[in-house]
Amino acid sequence: MSGATASPGRLARAWDSDIAWSFRHSPVALVSGFAVLVCFVGAFGCGFLAPHDPFNLASLSLSNSFLPPVPLKGSSWSFVFGTDDQGRDVLSAIMYGTRISLIVGFAAIAMALSLGIALGLLAGYFGGVTDAVLMRAADVQLSFPSLLIALLVDGIVRALLPRGAQNALELYVLIFAIGIARWPQFARTVRGSTLVERGREYVMAARVIGIGPVRIMASHILPNVLGPVLVLATINLGLAILDEATLSFLGLGLPPTQPSLGTLISNGNNFLYSGDWWITVFPGIVLAGMVLAINLLGDWLRDALNPRLR
Amino acid sequence: MIAQLVSRLLQAIPVLLVVGFLSFAIFTYVGDPVSIMLGQNATPAMRIAMRHALGLDQPFLVQYWHFMVRAVHFNFGLSYRLALPVSQLILERLPATTELVMTSAVLALLVGLPLGVYTGIRPNGFVSRTIMAGSLLGVSLPTFLLGILLILFFSVLLGWLPSFGRGHVVNFTHWSTGFLTLSGLKSLILPSITLGLFQMTLIMRLVRTEMLEVLRSDYIKFARARGLGPRAIYFGHALRNTLVPVITIVGLQIGGLIGFSIVTETVFQWPGMGLLLVQSIQNADIPVMSAYLMLIAVVFVVINLVVDILYYVVDPRLRVKR
Amino acid sequence: MAGGADATLLEVRDLVVEFPTRRGVLRALDGISFSIARGEVLGVVGESGAGKSLTGAAIIGLLEPPGRVVGGEIRLDGQRIDNLPQAAMRKVRGKRIGAIFQDPLTTLNPLLSIGRQLVETIRTHLPLSESEARERAISWLEEVGIPAARQRIDAYPHEFSGGMRQRVVIALALCAEPEMVVADEPTTALDVSIQAQIIALMKRLAAEHGTAVMLVTHDMGVIAETCDRVAVMYAGRIAEIGPVREVVKHPSHPYTSGLMASIPALDRKVARLAQIEGAMPRLTTIPRGCAFNPRCPKAMDVCRQEKPGLRPAGATMAACHLYEVENV
Repeated sequence: MSGATASPGRLARAWDSDIAWSFRHSPVALVSGFAVLVCFVGAFGCGFLAPHDPFNLASLSLSNSFLPPVPLKGSSWSFVFGTDDQGRDVLSAIMYGTRISLIVGFAAIAMALSLGIALGLLAGYFGGVTDAVLMRAADVQLSFPSLLIALLVDGIVRALLPRGAQNALELYVLIFAIGIARWPQFARTVRGSTLVERGREYVMAARVIGIGPVRIMASHILPNVLGPVLVLATINLGLAILDEATLSFLGLGLPPTQPSLGTLISNGNNFLYSGDWWITVFPGIVLAGMVLAINLLGDWLRDALNPRLR
Repeated sequence: MIAQLVSRLLQAIPVLLVVGFLSFAIFTYVGDPVSIMLGQNATPAMRIAMRHALGLDQPFLVQYWHFMVRAVHFNFGLSYRLALPVSQLILERLPATTELVMTSAVLALLVGLPLGVYTGIRPNGFVSRTIMAGSLLGVSLPTFLLGILLILFFSVLLGWLPSFGRGHVVNFTHWSTGFLTLSGLKSLILPSITLGLFQMTLIMRLVRTEMLEVLRSDYIKFARARGLGPRAIYFGHALRNTLVPVITIVGLQIGGLIGFSIVTETVFQWPGMGLLLVQSIQNADIPVMSAYLMLIAVVFVVINLVVDILYYVVDPRLRVKR
Repeated sequence: MAGGADATLLEVRDLVVEFPTRRGVLRALDGISFSIARGEVLGVVGESGAGKSLTGAAIIGLLEPPGRVVGGEIRLDGQRIDNLPQAAMRKVRGKRIGAIFQDPLTTLNPLLSIGRQLVETIRTHLPLSESEARERAISWLEEVGIPAARQRIDAYPHEFSGGMRQRVVIALALCAEPEMVVADEPTTALDVSIQAQIIALMKRLAAEHGTAVMLVTHDMGVIAETCDRVAVMYAGRIAEIGPVREVVKHPSHPYTSGLMASIPALDRKVARLAQIEGAMPRLTTIPRGCAFNPRCPKAMDVCRQEKPGLRPAGATMAACHLYEVENV
């Protein structure tokens, strides 16, 4: 009952908050927010929305292969973006591919986030040797490009897996490799804020009255670090999606039976020289556009949460 | 200062030992070197002999020690895939990668730094806003896609520039260079733009952010209050203070260039170390991966050292004799 | 002090500064008027947020955007300087009006030697060669009391203590011989033991060089000791302005009276210090009429309706309806 009466008030307050105001008054945020929404709907609604099922081999016909996109000669309205070498509808493949790219990106960031928050809180709260070891490890890892780390982790895990299991498990291997490659930034941010908050009076007071470290971290310190972590997560989401696409492009990511946007681009690249550009260009535009929109949102979020830049 | 540099070098040793340990662990425990080298039909006796020859029957720490000693002598064993010494493979590929990375780094700095300064000084101008919007595109466009698009336009459609390889190279004793021939230079254009653009936008955005930050500082306000002109304020005062964080990031970015050269080399079939690494990962060629990891660690330690030296040059606060 | 009414150096009339924000336009300075004579030291006192520093920033033409002057004028030696183009204003800053900021730890560029910062300032404004400017810089460092100035001119800011750095800042503000200096809380960031030295140094240099000073501070003690006249600011307006002795001994405005009563005096024994009830309003909630009316013990109906202007009240000028009533 009280929840029901409180929620309109809370909604109104959320609508009137500085963040919401800034979102409504930033054309860039509105446009990129809309673009991200379109990508989400297209990707996760692909089962209903896609004109064809690109994985239903029975529906593929080689007579439809290499059809160009719509305004061009020989194109068909049933394949708006054209078809690839196997007669697969490029648009449908893009929708399914976007879903896989987004799943890998979100899962990898979720992993990096949990790992980074947990280790950052530990390092910042307990200090001493824990802090020194964890941050030294983070520093060493940060001095290598994250793509390289993801590449090597991916390569090693693949070499450890039995041959037959590689393709089946590749999705998880990718998430693991990209997640591992991106934890240090989160850990550093969380640690920095934790160090600041730990010295505050209210945390001292909580310690004095005997509240355990886990509860202090969860209920006092964590809420204060969420802002910067959210910004970092948004920007890293775009980068993680690019990491996945890059690994798949290099042939070290998802197999053609389970194609992400990177796999589609890589596959289309084989036909670029014969002039069949659409197979690679359309997934490329979607990938770059989606990552651009996510980056713009991240940029906007950072400015909106940082009053100093106003 | 020399004492501080020595202590920096000493700090790098544990890093190298840890990375060396990882390389060693990969080399020894991932995949089975014995069966890969001998094939499936080897007799147990041959296997034992091979294990002994590789030192795999010795205690763990001894093996690690031997691995590191061999690494220092640039001996990383044989490639499983090509059955050639890994060190020879890497040395053959080193010049191509070095030339590509250097060209891209220079390109990224020469373009990124001035653009960053300009957009930092006039953050609200039309030109700045356009450049910033373009730079976001640069950050969002994956390296491989940029390479593909460049090939599509300049090689496939226009036919102006080559789409793969290094062109003609001139060989010296241990080095092959593409700088001295026209086809070598033409081959360098597309890959170095592909590789450099991402870092260029990063450098530009970083310089801009730092510039904005510095221009808000009290000493810039005080410089204005003393009536100094824009040139003195922007270039005499602000740019110098911007450089300290920029040097760190540029150092890291050169590392990033080495990382992304893997992608660029694959797109352009550029015969460098990155292409070698990708082929090795695809074929589980563990010795090459392990050697690449060691080599990259050394390169990064060197870059960090150079960054430290530059700090001392730029920031007098670090030159205090303690 | 020096000069009569014709020796007016700086005149500020009806100055209005506004900050446009999302919630509407904030009026941070609301019709400020005062003048400074040649060689005079004017103190500007008030609580944080009263607009003291903003007034100084407006005079040297360095309001932080989005703040902007929307009304009134500022005249230096009869010439308007509030609407000068950037390039012309640069010839005023440093050369005719110097500035001293609050925190000497952040006002000097850490990466440039103090000599280089002095030389570039001197050479910007005076036609001197590099070596002449360097000699001038050394003599200024000696004048502000830096020991071994010739040896230390190439030292960097971090090699000096806070008090020494503020001396360097003073040298930088004065090195082009300006007619006036705006000093914004020049001692607030310093140790108490150093504060008196810095104030004494500024006072001596101003007198020797005939420089007028606008001294912004929240410390009445510093004002009483240093200034000829004082302006008391409240919520973006001047509450009272007049000779220091009169304002301190016979304050006219109820706010000034409250302010003076809250200062502990060494020659009197009081059970407890007086305090003014309430707090200065934020810029978003400045009341109608006199900004002080909700806290004023003598508030009348008219105070809630009309904004009082500055009018003579005894030996000072006060913005208070009390004096209007009395004069009628």
